[in-house]
Amino acid sequence: MNHPTGNDHGTTSSYVIGFVISIGLTLNSYYLVVNKVLAGNTLLLALGGLAAVQLFVQLYFFLHLGKGPNARLNKLLFSLMFIIVVIVVGGSLWIMKHLNYHNMTPAQTSHSIIRDEGYQK
Amino acid sequence: MSHKLSAEQVQFDTDKTIFGFWVYILTDCVLFASLFATYAVLRNGTAGGPSGAELFNMPYVLVETLLLLTSSFTSGMALLAATKRNKSATLMWLGITFALGTIFVGMELHEFSNLVQDGNSWRRSGFLSAFFTLVGAHGLHITAGLLWLVALVQQVVQKGFTSGTLKRLQLFSLFWHFLDIVWIFIFTIVYLIGVVKV
Amino acid sequence: MFADLLGRLHLSDFQHDMIATGGQLSIVFGILGIVGLLFYLKRWKWLWREWLTSQDPKKIGVMYIIVAFVMLIRGLGDTMLLRTQQATSVGNSHGILTSDHFQQIFSAHGTLMIFFVAMGLMFGLINLILPLQIGARDVAFPFLNSVSFWLFAAGMGLVNLSLIVGEFSAAGWLAYPPLSGIALSPGVGVDYWIWSLQIAGVGSLLSGVNFLVTILKMRAPGMTLMKMPIFVWSVLGSMTLIVFAFPFLTGALALLGLDRTIGTHFFTSDLGGNPMMYVNLIWAWGHPEVYVLVLPAFGIYSEVVATFARKRLFGYTSMVYALASITVLAFLVWLHHFFTMGAGANVNTFFGIMTAVIAIPTGVKVFNWLFTMYRGQIHFKTPMMWFLAFVVTFTIGGAAGVLMSIPAADFQLHNTLFLVAHFHTMIVGGVLFGYFAGFSYWFPKIFGFRLNERLGRYALYSWLVGFVLAFVPLYILGIMGATRRLDHYDASLGWQWLFIIAAIGALTILLGVGFQVAQLVVSIITRYDNRDLTGDPWDGRTLEWSISSPAPVYNFAVIPTVTDRDAFWESKQSEAVKLPPVYTDIVLPKNTGMGVIIAGFAFLFGFAIIWHIWWLMVIALFGIIGSMIVRASDDDTEEVITADEVARIEIAAAQRSVL
Repeated sequence: MNHPTGNDHGTTSSYVIGFVISIGLTLNSYYLVVNKVLAGNTLLLALGGLAAVQLFVQLYFFLHLGKGPNARLNKLLFSLMFIIVVIVVGGSLWIMKHLNYHNMTPAQTSHSIIRDEGYQK
Repeated sequence: MSHKLSAEQVQFDTDKTIFGFWVYILTDCVLFASLFATYAVLRNGTAGGPSGAELFNMPYVLVETLLLLTSSFTSGMALLAATKRNKSATLMWLGITFALGTIFVGMELHEFSNLVQDGNSWRRSGFLSAFFTLVGAHGLHITAGLLWLVALVQQVVQKGFTSGTLKRLQLFSLFWHFLDIVWIFIFTIVYLIGVVKV
Repeated sequence: MFADLLGRLHLSDFQHDMIATGGQLSIVFGILGIVGLLFYLKRWKWLWREWLTSQDPKKIGVMYIIVAFVMLIRGLGDTMLLRTQQATSVGNSHGILTSDHFQQIFSAHGTLMIFFVAMGLMFGLINLILPLQIGARDVAFPFLNSVSFWLFAAGMGLVNLSLIVGEFSAAGWLAYPPLSGIALSPGVGVDYWIWSLQIAGVGSLLSGVNFLVTILKMRAPGMTLMKMPIFVWSVLGSMTLIVFAFPFLTGALALLGLDRTIGTHFFTSDLGGNPMMYVNLIWAWGHPEVYVLVLPAFGIYSEVVATFARKRLFGYTSMVYALASITVLAFLVWLHHFFTMGAGANVNTFFGIMTAVIAIPTGVKVFNWLFTMYRGQIHFKTPMMWFLAFVVTFTIGGAAGVLMSIPAADFQLHNTLFLVAHFHTMIVGGVLFGYFAGFSYWFPKIFGFRLNERLGRYALYSWLVGFVLAFVPLYILGIMGATRRLDHYDASLGWQWLFIIAAIGALTILLGVGFQVAQLVVSIITRYDNRDLTGDPWDGRTLEWSISSPAPVYNFAVIPTVTDRDAFWESKQSEAVKLPPVYTDIVLPKNTGMGVIIAGFAFLFGFAIIWHIWWLMVIALFGIIGSMIVRASDDDTEEVITADEVARIEIAAAQRSVL
């Protein structure tokens, strides 16, 4: 485009860089899971981290967040959305976990007592 | 148009529309967030039925992921070609995007129909309801995007690069990149984590 | 075979008991009356060309307000039935309603009042005034605006259709599962509820996007964020909430609909579903929704109090920060609607504290308004009177809210009439009074004449007295242990006299609405004497008062340049010589019926799913998609008002003001 803000669609090289990094991150996550490199919470953290990195890679290289005429507003609203999603999704999981914990059947209750405090006769 | 708008007015209009579309995409992110939250809550609600680890075919899902990722890249290339007013390249990249997207939807439908045939439909358990709805909502978005793509190709062929078609190309590529980002999270949260924790 | 084509719809669905038949007939005859009148006056073409297809936000705003006012009267009709039932259904007497019908009525009352009255008045006023206040000729996306309105109207149509065909939801205004699930509510009522809200909700979401972009991109040159009128700030907060909260409503409704229609298990009690997740999701939308409604009302009060105290608003900056912090805090409190569900002490404590914290920015606002009045030159016009009524009621309701933010107290008050009284204090005393204030404040700008002051004051007094009579007894009853939604109670409880007082209060409110109707009628008849010739009837402070009344279709002949807050007030004070304006061609969107058509298909789509008429659903879906494609490929959507035409309109207005 020949208007002054024409460079906000990125360049071929920026798309290629973003594409290559994204593929790398995807294969990395896949490898971690399928070959059982990590386990438990470490694995969950690693997967979450890789997905978050890929989110920002694509936001930067594909969606060009932070460039172009609406850059400030785009970033502001995206951050607000991000905060609200973290609050509501995180809050929901927290709430539902506690609701489930406090609404167990008697069998589940004794099971979780045994799990948390050990089996005593 | 019945009148002539100045270049600044056209530019302002394009910026405004893209910004509006960006806000719409943010609302869609929140919608997906509500589906993700529901999925996370119902993940263990298998009601004696199969869990993700027993159902998911990981190499198959990896292929889907790579296809969609590639189509996100090609839609970006289409936009670049359009900014250089290269009509044949634009149409070629859009065509590739369309083909990749269609294969993706086809693979997803195939996965769904296999699940349903094995008796593991959305009626089976809360977990499967959430799975079908989350993945299906993404698939519906992709399908809508493909329909949009057809209309867009037709406009580019017919009208060439007007301010209107260029604007819509930008909007489409935003939409398509956004759907790829949503898929990253489906891939990670539904499939990868789904196979890990039984 | 033929019966299958109509899904679950049968002839018997048109038959109702006596009171429901009354509602059914009044709607049918109301519609027939309007249609007949239009034929008699030969106004169909005029209606279609001037109003239904209009893209002018001022006309769309007027249509919103008309719909909302009609729904207010229907919602009040529901109130009268509910109040009569509760006042009479005691001991051996069982009142006038069956319990199922009673449940449908309170569900319809809540749904109508929130979605179609409060939201309708809010979007109406925003459409009327927001572009004028920011010095813009239109909203960012005029066509989208018309689609939003018609989706709102389609949702309203579905709610009212349930009176004629089938039934309405009997599961309360938020339809908690498992009661609203297919097992316990097998009829079409909950589906009506889901689809009317889904369609209207999508309309609201699109409006939210539209006005957010309008405020952020369409302001007059020089109007930085901190120079925006406070009403614009409040709408910005409200639209931000819509954009980020309404998707949760869309999601929750969609999942409930899937449960009911295709047999998923999101919120069922068996097969791994979790009904508590629905409650969680719906309130993640529901609490921000309260602020969606009240923030614009706060904005209106701020405009009104500054104008009628003849003073700059006290504490503009603190007001902006208060609005912004309420916008964010709105997303941190949703659990207080279900403290009693059993999330435990730590979760309840967190959300209890966050809830109490919201009282701080709200308190800041109340004090700002009071300090604006302090040493001001107060003119007691109707809008100002609504404001004063608001301060008292809202403070009482707010204090009740802080009381209930304490989880331990909430366990006693949850689901009692105390809660019902609290949120009515906020929604009536906070939201509705604000919109009434805004309506009488801005009425001259839109119609070119003022509303009758005396009748407006009578309406206010009736509303205020009726409000106290209707809700103070409910606070008392709630503490006495009366739960909400009772269609019958024992005589020995000694509640009846309080319910009778509440019913008298509801009647008094009805009288207030009567005065409002009379006010409109009288004002229209005597409009010539009450003409607003200057365009500035209240000695206003913001840009909307700088143009003639009624506002011309293009709003501003010349887009103003803003240098200060209260831009118009400052320009009135300044001694600078005003140059004669130079008019240019103005581009405005052409009228189009596509909004009506798309929403018409959406209406059919909803109707088809409610009744399981699948072929109609497919046709409607293709209709929606097809109309959107047709619209998107239409390049001829704008028309020009030439500079000569603009000059002619402006000179005519200037001559009127000299006379």
